[in-house]
Formats: sequence, C-alpha cells, structure tokens
Amino acid sequence: MAKRETPEVNAGSMADIAFLLLIFFLVTTTMDTDSGLARLLPPPVPEDVPPPPPIKDRNVFTVLLNSNNQLLVKGKPMKVEELKDAAKEFILNENNDEKLPEFKDVEVDYFGLVPVTKGVISLQNDNGTQYQAYLMVQNELQRAYNEVRNELARRKWSKDYDDLDDDQQKAIRQIYPQKISEAEPKNISN
Amino acid sequence: MAKFRKKGSKGLPPISTASLPDIVFMLLFFFMVSTTMKEVSLKVKIKVPQATELAKLEKKSLVTYIYVGVPTTQYRSLYGSEPRIQLNDQFATVSDIQSYIAQERESMKESDRPKMTTSIKADFDCPMGIITSIKQALRKAQALKINYSAAQKSEY
Repeated sequence: MAKRETPEVNAGSMADIAFLLLIFFLVTTTMDTDSGLARLLPPPVPEDVPPPPPIKDRNVFTVLLNSNNQLLVKGKPMKVEELKDAAKEFILNENNDEKLPEFKDVEVDYFGLVPVTKGVISLQNDNGTQYQAYLMVQNELQRAYNEVRNELARRKWSKDYDDLDDDQQKAIRQIYPQKISEAEPKNISN
Repeated sequence: MAKFRKKGSKGLPPISTASLPDIVFMLLFFFMVSTTMKEVSLKVKIKVPQATELAKLEKKSLVTYIYVGVPTTQYRSLYGSEPRIQLNDQFATVSDIQSYIAQERESMKESDRPKMTTSIKADFDCPMGIITSIKQALRKAQALKINYSAAQKSEY
C-alpha cells in the first residue's frame, strides 16, 4: 500500500478555545479565602434551670465595652492595646496573686498533674457598640490565649502550637482552656 | 552601489506560536483550580473588620453565610439605610434565621451536620445590637459554631 500521510489536525483554534475558557475563569474567579475569628456559642439555656452559682470575684475577668467603644476591664478603663497583656496576666497568674484566679489540679496527658486556672473571661457589650471594636476585643482575647498556648508549646516541645499533633494540642487546651463567657445582652447605656 | 543582501536565504523565520495553547492552558488550569464561584450577589455593603488571629474556614460546603450590612444604593429606597440581614439572595429579619439554618442543615450530609459552621459577614460599622440578636437566634437554632468573618490586619 502506498504510504499516505494522515492529515494533521489543525490545532490553530486551540488557542482561541483555551483563551475563551481562560477569560471565563478569570472573570468569575474570586480569590479571597474566607477567614475569621472562630467562636463557639453557648447552648441555649432552658428557662426553668436555676441560675448557676455566682463565681468568685477573683476568678472573673470582666470586660465591658460601651457604645462609645470604650473598655472597662475589672472596673478600670483600659485601652485595647493593653488588653492582651492584662488577659495574659489573668490567665497565667504566675505569682499566685490573691486577686487573680485560683487553680485546680487537673490530670493532663504528657504533663501529669498541672494547676489549671479557674478564671473566666466575661465579656459584655452594649447594643450600640461598633462591630469592629467588639471584634478587636475578641481578637485581643484570642491573641492572649494563643500566645499563652504557644509559649507552653515552645517550652515543652520547642515547637509552635500550630505544629503540634492533635493530642498535644488537646493537652495544651486542657491546661489553658479558653473560657470566654458573653453575658446575655442588655442595654448598659445609651 | 552596495546592494543590501539578506543574510539568510529567507529572512526572519516567523516566531512559532505552537506553544501558545500550552501556555494558555497552563493559566487556564491555574484559574480553574483556584476559582471559587460567587454563590450570591451581595445586596448589602460589607467591609469586613480587621483582625489578626484568624482561622481559615476550611470546607466551603460546611459553611453557611449570614450577611449583615447597610443595603446598597439601589435597594436603599426600599429597605432603608439601617443595617439589614441578607440570607441567600434576599433580605431577611432575625426571625428568619432559625428556619434558614434548619433548611441549610437539611441540605447537608448527615455526617457533616455537626460540623456546620455559620460565618457572620458583617460590616465593620454595624452596631452590635443586630449581631447580638443574630447570635441569640443562632443559639436557638443550635448552630453554635460561628465565625466572625474578618480580614487580615497588615500592621499592628
């Protein structure tokens, strides 16, 4: 049989087709990956349950945020920039200060018996508070917890908290549990 | 007179465009992979607040969005200039949230339901009153995992 060359498929329009698709995806693309502050809401409280017993004053870190976005922390006005360090001091209570929260010994994996703080951060805001201000406070509190956890992770495993495996992270979370309680909303001031 | 003589026999050969489709395809695949389609068209103006301690929302399918903000100009005559809630493609009130969450939860796979996250995308200038009532509604709807959408703050 005579050798016949198969005719080449014309690929000239390939670029056009690809360009068309490319432009479509270029237009519809949104690059932003969503990120934000993760929070866990408390489950709804049934109405017939008696209110929980009051927590000792030294175990509560009250943060009030008014409608002018001003902070009142444990009865004293404070700037947002100072909040992280104040919260860290409250969580750690390194010198066993009388005014800072008590400890309770808890058995934790990898660590053995460790004193765990009984402290609770209580956050209350006004209905007129700006969302950005509220989020900033949440952010600072989160930052305090993240730093405290990170420091422990570095001391123990000389690694960042994020690089630890799940069990190790869980142990650290047990030592520094994130307890941010948000009061039922009410109008503090107008 | 000197004659201009071409160096080669034919002059410059045309640049081959044979690899152009390959390059375009490469770009195409990049955009196809990185693309996320916009699910809803926003009817409220949202400039998300800034924060530093961000956590990424991992699986898109597990996330339900609640948008809060001032209606954009074309809807302002109808809905006013107070911050409003947008669920899916329409404006809603706080009382609609519970059924919206229930409906979204229904549409999820059974195994994914406990992992459901609600992302609150609110404008930074919103008053907290509306956010608080949303939070209360979410509590009632048992959608406890929430995420305050925020942008990375560059400088601190």
